[in-house]
Amino acid sequence: MFGYVLKRLAQGLVTIWFIATATFVAMHAVPGDPLSGEKITNAEIRANVAARYGLDRPILEQYGIYMGAMLRGDFGISYTQQNRRVNDIIRENFPVSATLGVLALAFATFGGILFGALTAIYRNRLPDTVIMFLVIVGISVPSFVLAALAQLGLVTLNSAVGRSLLPVAGWGTVWHMLVPALVLGLSTMAYLTRLMRSSMLEITSSDFVRTARAKGLPPTRIFLKHQLRNAILPVVTVLGPQVALITTGGFVVELVFAIPGLGRYYVEAVQQLDYTVIMGTTVFYGAFLVLMVIAVDIVYGFIDPRVAVE
Amino acid sequence: MSATPFRPSAADFAPATNRSARDAQLRPSLSYWQDAWQRLRRNTRAVASLAVVVLFVLFAVAGPWLWRADPAAQDVNQISRGPGPALAARIVEPYAAWAGVTVPALPDGGPTTPVDLRLADAPTTEAVRLQWEPGQGAAGYRVYRNLYDPSPDRALGLPLAEIFDPKRVSFEDRFDLHPERYWYSVVALNAKGDETHDYAGLVVQPELATSAADAASFGWIADATAVRVGDVVALPYHPLGTDYLGRDMLARLMYGARVSLFIGFVAPFLFVLLGIVYGSAAGFTGGRVDQLLMRFADFVLALPFLLFMILFKIAFGIGPGESGIAPMLIALVLLSWPSTARLVRGQVLQIRGEGYVGASRLLGARTGYLVLRHMIPNTFGVILVTLTFEVPRAIFTEAFLSFIGMGVAPPTASWGSMSNEGIKTMLAHPHELLLPALFISVTVLALNLLGDGLRDALDVRMRGRE
Amino acid sequence: MSRAAARQLLVLGAACVAAFALLLAVLSWAASATGGGAAVGHAVDVAAGTITTSIRYEPPNLDSTRATDATSFMVLTHVIEGLLRYDVAGNVVPGVAERWDIRPDGATFWLRADSVWSDGKPVTAHDFVFAWRTIVDPATASQYAFILYAVKNGAAINRGDLPRDRLGVHAVDDRTLEVEFENPIAYFDKLVTAQTYLPVREDFYRGREGRYAADVGDLLYNGPFLLTRWVHGASLKFEKNPSYWNRDAVRLNAVDLAYLTRDAVARLNLFQDGRIVDVDYLPGEALSQVLQQRWPLGRFDDGSAWFIETNMRPERVTRNVHLRRALLLANDPNELVFKVLKTPSYTPAASLFPAYIKGEHGLFRQEHPPPIVRMDLAAARAELDLAKEDLGMTEIPPLVLVADNSPASVSHTEYLQEHLRRTLGLTIKIDRQEFRQRLAKQEAGEFDITLASWGPDYDDPLTFADLFASWNLNNHARYASTELDAQVRIAQQSVDPHARFAAFAEVQRLLLEDAVIIPAYDRGVLYVQDPRLRGVGRRAVGGTPDYTTAYLVATP
Repeated sequence: MFGYVLKRLAQGLVTIWFIATATFVAMHAVPGDPLSGEKITNAEIRANVAARYGLDRPILEQYGIYMGAMLRGDFGISYTQQNRRVNDIIRENFPVSATLGVLALAFATFGGILFGALTAIYRNRLPDTVIMFLVIVGISVPSFVLAALAQLGLVTLNSAVGRSLLPVAGWGTVWHMLVPALVLGLSTMAYLTRLMRSSMLEITSSDFVRTARAKGLPPTRIFLKHQLRNAILPVVTVLGPQVALITTGGFVVELVFAIPGLGRYYVEAVQQLDYTVIMGTTVFYGAFLVLMVIAVDIVYGFIDPRVAVE
Repeated sequence: MSATPFRPSAADFAPATNRSARDAQLRPSLSYWQDAWQRLRRNTRAVASLAVVVLFVLFAVAGPWLWRADPAAQDVNQISRGPGPALAARIVEPYAAWAGVTVPALPDGGPTTPVDLRLADAPTTEAVRLQWEPGQGAAGYRVYRNLYDPSPDRALGLPLAEIFDPKRVSFEDRFDLHPERYWYSVVALNAKGDETHDYAGLVVQPELATSAADAASFGWIADATAVRVGDVVALPYHPLGTDYLGRDMLARLMYGARVSLFIGFVAPFLFVLLGIVYGSAAGFTGGRVDQLLMRFADFVLALPFLLFMILFKIAFGIGPGESGIAPMLIALVLLSWPSTARLVRGQVLQIRGEGYVGASRLLGARTGYLVLRHMIPNTFGVILVTLTFEVPRAIFTEAFLSFIGMGVAPPTASWGSMSNEGIKTMLAHPHELLLPALFISVTVLALNLLGDGLRDALDVRMRGRE
Repeated sequence: MSRAAARQLLVLGAACVAAFALLLAVLSWAASATGGGAAVGHAVDVAAGTITTSIRYEPPNLDSTRATDATSFMVLTHVIEGLLRYDVAGNVVPGVAERWDIRPDGATFWLRADSVWSDGKPVTAHDFVFAWRTIVDPATASQYAFILYAVKNGAAINRGDLPRDRLGVHAVDDRTLEVEFENPIAYFDKLVTAQTYLPVREDFYRGREGRYAADVGDLLYNGPFLLTRWVHGASLKFEKNPSYWNRDAVRLNAVDLAYLTRDAVARLNLFQDGRIVDVDYLPGEALSQVLQQRWPLGRFDDGSAWFIETNMRPERVTRNVHLRRALLLANDPNELVFKVLKTPSYTPAASLFPAYIKGEHGLFRQEHPPPIVRMDLAAARAELDLAKEDLGMTEIPPLVLVADNSPASVSHTEYLQEHLRRTLGLTIKIDRQEFRQRLAKQEAGEFDITLASWGPDYDDPLTFADLFASWNLNNHARYASTELDAQVRIAQQSVDPHARFAAFAEVQRLLLEDAVIIPAYDRGVLYVQDPRLRGVGRRAVGGTPDYTTAYLVATP
């Protein structure tokens, strides 16, 4: 088991190196550079700026320098926020995204498993129809529309009661994150609900459940020990990457609710072609994702004894 | 259960006749797909959903032949109009610049506030010309316009202009005029540039008007000489209204359906297929190959989508003027398959241990047969759910790219880009958001119900239930 | 259901609720740990003299020697003071310098004794000398170094031809600063108000080891406010500087920039909820909400001119002057602004020089009206026929229009595409690019026409006039006119206002006659502001909004 984890981690490092290299190549292949700015009016200034950031060197040398620094755990200094280290950006802004993401995931997982199980139990009856309708509303509205509508709802609610029940935007207390987390987690919740319902239905018609029912086990016990435990497998598979995706921040939610998370940096860095921030956030996200995938594979082994971890 | 005890008679021991014919009557022999189709047909929700999907595809494919409005044509006289009846415009003289009114001197006495705000000309949507009597001691004027009555709390509305010459006592408003009621206010400015409290007000309702030359160039009339000033011409009819640039919503929804449904159907279909092949290969083979394949999937999953999206745009030579659908499709397919692959692999690993697979293997089944006959049909449930979720996800990816300004190139419409434009005017012109959002929602709803129906229909264990 | 099963479910439910409560408690702690104590106050607190508002972007760089952007300048205006500054009406008034004397060959500034840094040491002439030398030093790689080219040897040092101590600025003593000019310059007083000319103290700068201005503690303050909080990507806070020499004139005690988002709808929602005191850069689409809510609207010029630039590189069809004139004659900025962009703060443009630019006595626009170009489709079609004849083409090939993807640019380019198709039968291919890619394409000349804009760097028309000089990198059109270059030289070197404005008028005429640019609009900004807040400075050049002169009233 321990050896297996070590092996997976070693493989993960190779994966991350691939990610870093591919990203490096890709961003340098895109025309323009992070220093092209409207305010550079003459060639001398342009040359000075390029020299300061080492952008006048051959691309392979830049790659070597960057990889060397990254091995030492230094992601460099942002091009657009010229006095901030990328390490600081990740250190200061990732906890914000992660905090929001954990709540969103709690909503999503809890809601997804609960609603999924309910819809499977009450298949094609009223609770199923009502929940599935809500789920579809949740997934059929684009996130930016949903975020804007949720915020509009908050403002309307606050002005209707004449005082601020919940903050409209911003960050700092748990009240700030209830609505954004709900918006952020809704599509994952909907996804998990559907997945859960589908795999529950499959399990319900399987032999061992029939056997359990035939030998007279109480329904709750069948539900908890047989159905839920088996049905949760695909949910775990999907959840792994979703954890990485959600806790590293949702751009739309962070923009609309003015939340200082990491998601905004990533999209803006790509738009601004901020080389070091793109590399830093991509590698960080990649490493996180790889870890989550390993975690899922290990958890898999625990839930389903048929899947050996080797 | 009946209480009568069973007593066999001689007839019970007679040999049965024509056994196969009786069996066939009881339950006709059906292939897997026939059986599935029959069960799908019995599910009314699924059939209705299928009808909706087909209808939308027809709407996208055939719609533009029936409703021939150009989705790129901008009707600047009917911008952001809600659904409603057709409008008519009066033909007026071509717009000519107005010199305005300047008084030779300011009055000696009287109030500082400008007085007697009045119209200098008949108000039309081409121009509203205002003039007033100067205020004593004013250093200039500021002109406002509101859609609501400014009294009692002095909400004057849009600041249209500042005039720093107190002798200049006129203003021509051409800003975004519609045939609706406007409250104009003129305030005097003192020497420091501050406003005085009182203002002169006027309520104006301009008439929808256009010049003959404009009407001809927009194609409302065949010939500019055929109409005279004072005639009334009908404006193009927009049954579902227009967007923020005055483009026909119905036509844009149809052309947008082409993009959204294309991206929404083709991309998920391709990458889910890729994911199934990849995932089942990995899961079934197992061992080192599985490890290698899954590490590659992790690698692809972690690639930054946006960056590679831009890269594909350049790599595939998507130049100016092209819609940019192709690179989006390629990026979606190449970057989205790993999650399906992981899911399928997980399922295959699970099924591999099932008794019937082992039995089949003992009976000498080949790998390909095992995958096609046992693995994939048994993962259909999860795959279909994935697919019905990946369709809206693909539509939303396209919409999100529009949100950050990297979606399809203008003037190409998509439902996603239309809702993104619509959200900015959500409160003022809700139809611009509601219509495309409704189309997305109905499509997603139909696909989900259809997916459910398919799942049930394809699941052999559901046979004979319902 | 059996009782055992019911009990099992009950236990499970209770466990879930407990887990959720625990989670909320942990998250609550995490949120306050990462939030830095922002985003809870009301928009206005009259008794405490504090306001709360939002900013659209994180300040990219508060190091005045390298900052180039409006957000950083806005922050710097509040916390660091230079030799001279602007008052609320836009006049140049004393800052650290109590008197000054500007001559054709140089200038002298006499510094006040009571301007002190936030660590208590006085602001001296040496701090200016150090800052200015650092800017022109090639190793600093300051993008705004050219603003210092007015000072003797500035350009040569920046090229690396001379050492940095040869810059024409000297501290005669701690309180006297002596400046030598490269050439006579007519607008040095306005130039000195630019944030690039702010002082930097050498020992502090060196002590930060490359982290100068990276955080609240990495910067020294001498301005009306102190920067007391900077949670990166989230919020900033200004508090009144008790040791500022003119502290009695500063009437706000604190300005909390508590929200950071560029989403206009979100900021309007915060305004409606009474959380922030003002919202600027309102999009035209938000106006109906503002009118409905009966909020007072204001506008100011942000100074930028927006126009279409035509490519004159030899391989482009737009090198043909008739084609360019056809485009210019088909242009209707009125329709663009009044019917398409629909933002009342935008004004239809008539020239490269925006309407607010001041002339010798009054407005430049009135003293030197630009050649009037009205939309004339017949003339445009005639020019188009001439162009086809010259180029030997029966049809003009599709023109590539490079633009960025901001909402206004999207509307503008989509309108232009359709307008030129309808009026001239031209096909336009829109090449929508991200900001950096657009710049790269503009610099490489990969366009026929492109949507460009220019905002002033300093308060003199020259900042616009030298844009199309043949040596300027921002001359994407590659317009090379000896006539225009000569006029720009006059404007740069003459100190006679009359001659300078005549030169600007010539530049204006040449750009329109050669149809180098097709004017679109002068951008203005709409804002809503709590009626209890007064005296906020909003202007085209320098940091905006400027709350140093602002004050609160109890009832509007």
